Amino acid sequence: MIQVRQLTKSFGDVQAVSGIDFDVGDGELFGFLGPNGAGKTTTINMLTGLARPDAGTIRIADIDCSRNPKAAQHLMGIVPDESNLYPELTGFENLCFCGSLYGMAKRDRENRARELLERFGLKGASGRKFGGYSRGMKRKLTITAGIIHSPSILFLDEPTTGIDVASARQIRQLIADLNAGGTTIFLTTHYIEEAERLCQRIAFIVQGKIVRVDRVEDLVRQAAGRHVVQFAVGQDAQRLCQVAGDAFPSLECKPLSEDSLRVTSPDPLRIGPLVRLFEEKGAEVTEARVIRPSLEEVFVEVTGIEVDAMKRDKEKAGKGGAA
Amino acid sequence: MKHWIAFWNILAKDMRAYYLKPPNISWGIVFPLAWTAMFFIRSGSGLDSIPALLPGVMAVSVLFGTTSMLAVTVTFEKKGRSFERLLLAPIPLELLMFAKTAGAILFGTANAFVPVIMAAVLSDLSGVQWGILLPAIVLIAISSTFLGLFIAVSVSEVFEAQTFSNFFRFPMLFLCGLFFPVATLPFWLRPVSYVLPLTYGADLLHAAVTRTAKLPLWLDFTLLALFCAGLFAVSLRNVRRKWII
Repeated sequence: MIQVRQLTKSFGDVQAVSGIDFDVGDGELFGFLGPNGAGKTTTINMLTGLARPDAGTIRIADIDCSRNPKAAQHLMGIVPDESNLYPELTGFENLCFCGSLYGMAKRDRENRARELLERFGLKGASGRKFGGYSRGMKRKLTITAGIIHSPSILFLDEPTTGIDVASARQIRQLIADLNAGGTTIFLTTHYIEEAERLCQRIAFIVQGKIVRVDRVEDLVRQAAGRHVVQFAVGQDAQRLCQVAGDAFPSLECKPLSEDSLRVTSPDPLRIGPLVRLFEEKGAEVTEARVIRPSLEEVFVEVTGIEVDAMKRDKEKAGKGGAA
Repeated sequence: MKHWIAFWNILAKDMRAYYLKPPNISWGIVFPLAWTAMFFIRSGSGLDSIPALLPGVMAVSVLFGTTSMLAVTVTFEKKGRSFERLLLAPIPLELLMFAKTAGAILFGTANAFVPVIMAAVLSDLSGVQWGILLPAIVLIAISSTFLGLFIAVSVSEVFEAQTFSNFFRFPMLFLCGLFFPVATLPFWLRPVSYVLPLTYGADLLHAAVTRTAKLPLWLDFTLLALFCAGLFAVSLRNVRRKWII
């Protein structure tokens, strides 16, 4: 359904996307996972026609979108990272207006809008102005607006960022339902649990480059059979990793930030000796967390990025959020 | 057909959301009324001066109505990112921008008729050549709207749009021959007049109301149409360059 080859985009001196390749199959739910500024939104913008690639090709449903981005827009539903409906229109009016942009006849778009408002639990708010909606409701209506014309491909940019846990859970269920109904979904997120729960395949993108594309189960399988513990050590994580490596050569130790590190072992890990060693070397160990085999672990291993730091970055960027 | 559904709904949405709002309707009436009264009082020559004032007041009403509204609405939607929704719709950019500007063109044209209606009550307009006046007003509305679009695409904040609009509007009003004949301007300012679209619109309005055109009508119409096409083309190029990055 989507075929991307050597896609490149820079803004001045900043290389936002650097020669990426990937394919998304028909009916697939494909995740694009990376930290803030990794190039996720730029990629979506190029796929949907809001940004022009500097180089590379994009084919969507066999249409060459790098030359004519408008040609495939009728197949796409797009949900941006911020709700961008009209605050002065009601929920119902917003949906009908969005339907009209895709050439839907009046009766068709009104019927579809009613059906979707009911399905998304927004029927009671359909007559209220969008500007007065809560964040979660705004997000749900923005997703609804993205599918009003029943697109074959849905682009979702950070759909659950900045909303409460209950709404995020509801939206995830809606995404799963849409995909089960045959819609191809391209999802960008920085929530690893969300990607793991929803996606069939995932691409990790860091600094504009795809560092890994694989099926979720294959990625998680890679993590299984290893034992991982993450320590909060207060400071000097780099030095402590060296110390741990010298003392326990069978362990692999990786600093995640200035104050945290991760120890991996092929055998069950004994935490006590490690904590004692770190404390002897002047560290103040405040947390030792066993990491279950998960996508998060693979992500950290492949990208070297601490997941908590990625979430903090996103929150600093003013979006908040609940996964 | 499908594209026209989008076109009509964008226009209808803008009319409802912006142009037909009570403050704008009252602005559309009060503003031309104030200008008419101001020039009427200043002329001091009684009701007979109304036809002579009419071209200027109509042009002011159109110019301010179109440029203000369009520059503000487009900038507002761009800032709120709802304009992205339009850019992502499967309609040609030309049609999209025409739909966005059509509301302002209609609003500006309607504004021009407020002083005409007032003048018709107070004075004799039987000598007006409506066959020239109507297309002239529509062309002035189109060129002013496209000027507003050019401004909207050039700025990112609503207040910048207003400031930038005035940078064009006020010099244009006083240099286009509406209130002072171009021939009375200082020699070095006259070339500036001839690069302003409103100069040709003003000449057409004078031809229609007072039969005192300075240039051949065909030339006025042709140049005004060329300004419309040029401003629209430049705005489209800027949208592609600045908004589809």
